[in-house]
Amino acid sequence: MNEATPLTLAALGGVISERSGVVNIALEGMMLMSAFTGYVAAFQTHNLWLGVLAGVLTGVVISALHAALSISLMVDQIVSGFVINILALGITGVFFKGFLQEASVAGPGVLPTWHIPLLSSIPVIGPILFVHQPITYAMLIAIVLVQFLLFRTVWGLRTRAVGEHPLAADTVGINVYRVRYLAVILSGGLAGLGGTYFSLQQIGQFLPNMTGGRGFIALAAMIFGKWKPLGAFYACLLFAGAEAFAGQIQIWGWHIPVVGWPIPFQFLGMLPYLLTIIVVAGAMGRAVAPAADGKPYRKA
Amino acid sequence: MNQRSRRIASAVLLPVISVVAGFVVAGLAVALSGADPWQSFYALFQGAFINPHAFPDTLVATTPYIFLGLGVALGFRAGLFNIGAEGQFYIGALFGVFIGYSLHGLPAVVHILLALLAGILGGFLWAAVPGILKARFGAHEVITTIMLNYVAFALVNFLINNGPMVDKTSSAPRTPYIDPAAQLPILVSGTRLHAGLLLALLSIPVVWFLLDRTTIGFRIRTVGFSATAARAAGISVAWTILATMGISGGLAGLAGADEVLGVAHYMPPSFSTGYGFDAIAVALLARSNPWAMLPAAFLFGALSSGSRFMQFQTQVSADVISVVEATVIMFIAAPVLFQWIFRLRRTPAPPVKLASEEGVL
Repeated sequence: MNEATPLTLAALGGVISERSGVVNIALEGMMLMSAFTGYVAAFQTHNLWLGVLAGVLTGVVISALHAALSISLMVDQIVSGFVINILALGITGVFFKGFLQEASVAGPGVLPTWHIPLLSSIPVIGPILFVHQPITYAMLIAIVLVQFLLFRTVWGLRTRAVGEHPLAADTVGINVYRVRYLAVILSGGLAGLGGTYFSLQQIGQFLPNMTGGRGFIALAAMIFGKWKPLGAFYACLLFAGAEAFAGQIQIWGWHIPVVGWPIPFQFLGMLPYLLTIIVVAGAMGRAVAPAADGKPYRKA
Repeated sequence: MNQRSRRIASAVLLPVISVVAGFVVAGLAVALSGADPWQSFYALFQGAFINPHAFPDTLVATTPYIFLGLGVALGFRAGLFNIGAEGQFYIGALFGVFIGYSLHGLPAVVHILLALLAGILGGFLWAAVPGILKARFGAHEVITTIMLNYVAFALVNFLINNGPMVDKTSSAPRTPYIDPAAQLPILVSGTRLHAGLLLALLSIPVVWFLLDRTTIGFRIRTVGFSATAARAAGISVAWTILATMGISGGLAGLAGADEVLGVAHYMPPSFSTGYGFDAIAVALLARSNPWAMLPAAFLFGALSSGSRFMQFQTQVSADVISVVEATVIMFIAAPVLFQWIFRLRRTPAPPVKLASEEGVL
């Protein structure tokens, strides 16, 4: 559940963005930047909540850049996302070396674990669902919220219409640009929240490149989940499970049958990535992306 | 200004202005992080050109960028975004170093050629996987190549850290040294400048010839222009994608093997400092033109060799190069931005166009 938290938040962001027709491979960069600013804000203000807020705002700002590049300036969405990813790696690297390296010894700590009264004492289910840190709860709420907003509200209908057929949506009076901007920015906010998980909920520190490709795995989970919030969540659980399982095998010290060699940990580390490749190759035939996904819209 | 000189002006002006903008943004980042940008950039310049050995080292760093940039550019021409150059570089180096240290007693020419060919083969195989997945299942190459990068890192890490390729006589995890016969000859004695540079220079006209003067080059460009049109014209799109990925990966693998044979002479687990990712910027900066790859690669060679000295000298992280890189790509990829800033009446160049017409994430 913990491993799945940042993945799910980023994947939900991916769902919203791609439903409106904008591919967002910048999720990785957004998470990394937010992990950084969230940590710095928490460190400076001695307030973890302000840190989380700063992380979310960072996601919003960076996604606005992605939106401006890919929607208004019609940069290829993949190039734009790629640029943001390198930019995030570079900027966090420079600032980390600039003023964080020495300071990061005494961090601001991690977010507290909340036991939901009564519910957490239910046997079996209680500890699984109701004993978590705040960002995990936020993720659970976000799943329900995004599912509802996307499929039960006018906003959701408009967003999906823009992702399927922007010209038709434009014809009936929907502002394609505005809908896409909002979707990408929301996406960034969610990814930003996911990013703060790494620095503020998991270890209470910032390390260079600490997101380590999770944004891309989230993207794969979104595809696996067929561009649906709940589907994306299940896929994230699966990926997180694979990662946890790999960690467990290492602890148990499993050996390859017959020859008796220990399974090298690097192979277990490959599992999530290999799974992603298989999923992307296998799921494409069955799941259909929003029709206008990845295509810039030029108002005639 | 007539049409022709206008075209040449924009072809030179856009990259130059992009690079200047890259330095401005990077300078801001450095200033914000509390260091002096002038001092840092002076150290960068010193580390790239002025210090003894700086210039030969810059040329050494330029060499892999030429190979890798050509490889990525080849993909661009077919509408493929090969983010996997980094992984292909690793696998190429792995294959190259294996041939380099496992064979003995061969004449140098034969040994070097075998090792370089092994590198090409490694990169080719590693890139063929996303090629097949794309051609056969429509899996988007951006996702699969990124994932294969991570798989390549883990595989190399295993083989060299605690796997069969580790040198048991060494305390640090690394492969054994390659046979002296497999080392690329040094061009200027007393420097690290090796014959790989000549090979890289030679590969520029080769790739140009391949793209502009052969059938496969024509197919690559047609598929990149419009896969639908290519299909209608009877070109096998699947084969072209596979071949392009393969050649692109082969060039990346050659870069890896060349690095092992020319510079390090052995392979540690973390071998590259992101050459494969920088190569994407190189290819974009050169606008996928093989001839323009030389200045673009030289710029990145200078940045990379200078940044190491800068990090050592001024405590500014070498990561600042990524900021330059990102800004450069942003400007190159967004002619509208360029146009807007300089109030030009006509778009100086067509936007960078990738495989977003058909088959999206």
